[in-house]
Amino acid sequence: MTTVAATAQAAHAHHDDRSFIQKYIFSTDHKIIGIQFLFLSLFFLMVGGLLAMQIRWQLAYPGKPMPLGNLLPETMAPGGVLLPEYYLQLVTMHGTFMVFFAIMLLLVGVYANFLIPLKIGAHDMAFPRINMASFWSAFASGIVMLMSLFVPEGSSRAGWTMYVPLSARHDYSGAEFGQEMWSISIILFGLSSILGSLNYITTVINNRAAGMTWFRMPLSVWALFITAILGLLAVPVLAGAAIMLLFEQILGTHFFDPAYGGQPILWQHLFWFFGHPEVYILILPAMGMVSELIANGSRKPIFGYHSMVFAIAGIAFLGWIVWGHHMFVSGMNPTLGSTFMVSTLLIAVPSAIKVFNWMGTMWRGNLRFHVPMLHGVAFVAMFTIGGLSGIFMAATPVDMFIHDTYFIVAHLHYVLFGGSLFAIFGGIVFWYPKMFGRMMNETWGKIHFWLTFIFYNGTFFPMHIIGMAGHMRRLYDPTIYDFLKPMQPMNEFISICAFLLYGSQIIFFVNFWWSMFKGKKASQNPWNDNGLEWTTPSPAPHGNWDTLPTVYRGPYEFSAPGASEDYLPQNRKLPTDRDPVLSPAAGH
Amino acid sequence: MHWWLPPQGSTFAPDIDYMFTAILVITGITFVGVELGLLWFIFAYRERPGRKAFYTHGSTKAEIIWTAIPAVTMVIMGIASNGLWVKIKGRNSVPANAYPIGVHAKQFEWWFTYPGPDGKLGRTSPALVAKTTNPTGLDPDDPAGHDDLVVRNQMHVPVGRPVVAYLTAEDVIHSFYVPEFRVRQDVVPGMEIKSWFEATVPGTYELGCSQLCGLGHYKMRAVVTVHTQEDYDAWMQRTAKEKGEPTS
Amino acid sequence: MRRLSSVAAVAAGLLVLALRPAPAPRSTFAGSTVTGKVKFVGKAPANPAIDMSEEPKCKAKYTTTPHEEIVSVNKNGTLGNVFVYVKTGLPADAKYPAPATPVVIDQNGCTYHPRTFGIMVGQNLEIKNSDPLLHNIKAMGKKNRPFNISQPNAGMTTIRTFTTAEVILPVECNVHGWMHAFVGVLPHPFFATSGADGSFSITGLPAGTYTLEAWHEKYGVQSATVTVTGSDSKTADFTYTAK
Repeated sequence: MTTVAATAQAAHAHHDDRSFIQKYIFSTDHKIIGIQFLFLSLFFLMVGGLLAMQIRWQLAYPGKPMPLGNLLPETMAPGGVLLPEYYLQLVTMHGTFMVFFAIMLLLVGVYANFLIPLKIGAHDMAFPRINMASFWSAFASGIVMLMSLFVPEGSSRAGWTMYVPLSARHDYSGAEFGQEMWSISIILFGLSSILGSLNYITTVINNRAAGMTWFRMPLSVWALFITAILGLLAVPVLAGAAIMLLFEQILGTHFFDPAYGGQPILWQHLFWFFGHPEVYILILPAMGMVSELIANGSRKPIFGYHSMVFAIAGIAFLGWIVWGHHMFVSGMNPTLGSTFMVSTLLIAVPSAIKVFNWMGTMWRGNLRFHVPMLHGVAFVAMFTIGGLSGIFMAATPVDMFIHDTYFIVAHLHYVLFGGSLFAIFGGIVFWYPKMFGRMMNETWGKIHFWLTFIFYNGTFFPMHIIGMAGHMRRLYDPTIYDFLKPMQPMNEFISICAFLLYGSQIIFFVNFWWSMFKGKKASQNPWNDNGLEWTTPSPAPHGNWDTLPTVYRGPYEFSAPGASEDYLPQNRKLPTDRDPVLSPAAGH
Repeated sequence: MHWWLPPQGSTFAPDIDYMFTAILVITGITFVGVELGLLWFIFAYRERPGRKAFYTHGSTKAEIIWTAIPAVTMVIMGIASNGLWVKIKGRNSVPANAYPIGVHAKQFEWWFTYPGPDGKLGRTSPALVAKTTNPTGLDPDDPAGHDDLVVRNQMHVPVGRPVVAYLTAEDVIHSFYVPEFRVRQDVVPGMEIKSWFEATVPGTYELGCSQLCGLGHYKMRAVVTVHTQEDYDAWMQRTAKEKGEPTS
Repeated sequence: MRRLSSVAAVAAGLLVLALRPAPAPRSTFAGSTVTGKVKFVGKAPANPAIDMSEEPKCKAKYTTTPHEEIVSVNKNGTLGNVFVYVKTGLPADAKYPAPATPVVIDQNGCTYHPRTFGIMVGQNLEIKNSDPLLHNIKAMGKKNRPFNISQPNAGMTTIRTFTTAEVILPVECNVHGWMHAFVGVLPHPFFATSGADGSFSITGLPAGTYTLEAWHEKYGVQSATVTVTGSDSKTADFTYTAK
């Protein structure tokens, strides 16, 4: 880091004469931006869940009026009975809100922003104003997407995957401007994501504190850094595809229209070329966070730190060459089915390495089951199921049968909910003191964890079974098919578990908001963790540190022999430690 | 409530089911191992007063073992699966004597074209599609199509011989899916895709559209009847007579 | 002098007002009636049979095989389902309020009832589903905003209106490809559809010369001219020939 930049950031830490609006609304402080993303994404998580509740109602009780359904307009649910076109809007918007506005924002928008400068020992991001722009464009994107449900004829309804020609033509879908609003929202979201990625990558490369070498970086930072690279390269493809779709919808272009020489399958290639790296964007930061939670809870170093870094890089790299596994039966050249099968099977390997290394971390540890650790271990248990179910899909002949069934729905929810969302809940509890200066209630945290764990498995595990039996996706009324009628009791069971799952989240939300004002005040390092974020007060002040810390060791020196406690922060200088040699470019 | 894969109704089904079961065994062993391992660690290594964690950064030997075993397993699985994939979907996989049936998908109906006594399907063109009078766009100038039988939402196939579906779509992407046959193929506008199978058990099955195609997607259902060859010929004669088509 | 000229001016103005012709009456109770028959010459072509075997709940509503009523030739040699309307001749500034009563289109036995009908701009179209299964109603307007909505259950009713005149706006169901309806959307009430005896009747026409157009889904359009006094009855017949 240059002398100029270092001085400027240090000056920032001393004088804080910003107005309320500059401090909390149009803030350039990465921590406030992270918290803004947190409030925005938690809102969309609840919206996405509410949509899912309606989907599950319709699947359990097809054609029956939904409780409170009479509050919905006639165009969505006359007499409280959901219409097929509204059901498809629910399915589409649930996927869209959850993937982009909940999980992506929770993992990247919140934690890349909040954690990176704190964990690498920087005052803020490399580009604080671009960071602010990234939040506000995500906010605008979310508003557009939300409003699309309320325009005449409703929102887009072609599934979150937006396959053409259905998504491109009003006469095929029945949607009107809502369809275009999806494309516009995604373009705005792409802008937000790309701006964010630029910041995260630059900050990690340039702004690490003295002594914070690459292989002393916490795994959460590695994961966020590599995720940012994935995002920088993949999201523009989505944005480009969304622009093409928007042109198709409003300008009458024919990229995807076979009557004029266009190709419907082109959309799928573009979408999934983004879409597969996207799912790794949705899991890698969670994996990084889980490493922090499990190492802390086990009071032990991460087992195989270097392998873990290479596994993250391996997953990210292989993630570029597997997209065709979403398209085995799409009509693309079957030879591609063979090649994509091989690459897809291989991507199981680095994920397996990570699971074994987390287990190795717990092995012979001194396991402390605080709420974040519960979530970290649950992640490993659930992600294993999600990852293993992926192997069935990788084998093309089997995928031919389970594609577009509930087996896929089970898989994706095991990795995104059982995986990412459990990691997110654990991360929120873990870093809450650093964000808000208070602790969340531990007892209610445990109750929330167990209820979520039980009802989540009750909701999603049976989907493997009905999927295997042939139950297709996105059906408004499965009872049209004789072979699906016997599965209705299972659909009902799943729905009841889903209602209880959603209801259980009330506990989390009450805990979250109540603790912010009434929670036990937090000490600087309430979890006895080694990361640099725990060397500054709770909540972390503007600028993070007056003097940036110097780093002497890696982030996982728990239970080190010779240390007086079972943890050893990265910046504590022991008599045997030598000061890092500073690079000449730093201007020292 | 069906707790397993659907009944097997085609020559593909035993092979696919075998592969499914093999993967279930491999992943099942891994699943049990990981979950039991986690449970054991949770109990055996829980925090107790006076205990200390074992300080280690890992084991290169362990990394090699648990990288190599999954990698080798995955490679073997890939090689083992590919043969079946090529047999079902490969470019040259359709048997030469397969009986052709035209399958035309539109929002929200399936139109099946049977080749009639000449055994050949007539040419179709999207430009010739007329709502009630010519739902599949059969070209009147092609003599092969003069004896073709066009039927709505009913697929009839003879048992024990390869059938090749010529899949076309009129508007959006649909997907041809019969669970008992284990066959699934997306139907894409602008393409004619061949999907073959051989039914093994006479009976009645259901075909469901398996790619979201609009608000009537859930109702895009056809009934599939697998006949013995004699029953099939009888059905063909009966239906041709009803529709005023040539019976021989 | 001045006072006299102002009084004269006012008197002249009042006289002009008094002598101004009264505006034409707009009441629908007054007006002329045009009736007629749509004749059909030749052998009625066979209507295509509908295969409802995969929709048993609809098939059960029929005792004989249902047909798609493209050409409805009546026993008396007339053609039903011909939409007849006033195409030109009404005053350019004439405005006709849409009735409060809706036009009902019912999906029963997987067919639209009626098949061909007229509706006024701004008048409610009440779409009913009497079948216990999914129908979608796709209105393919070119001047009116198209819509595509569904009714999955029996007893459902949806109201829609049209904002612009359009002759003819086709309506179809995609779940049942044989289902077609044809809607004439007009800004005035002077239209009718020929019935089971081939006759039609248009009432309340103000005095004037009008072009009447008859529209049939297979046999196309025909025109006739008719002049009415505003209180008389005239006849206008159409003849379609089998092709």
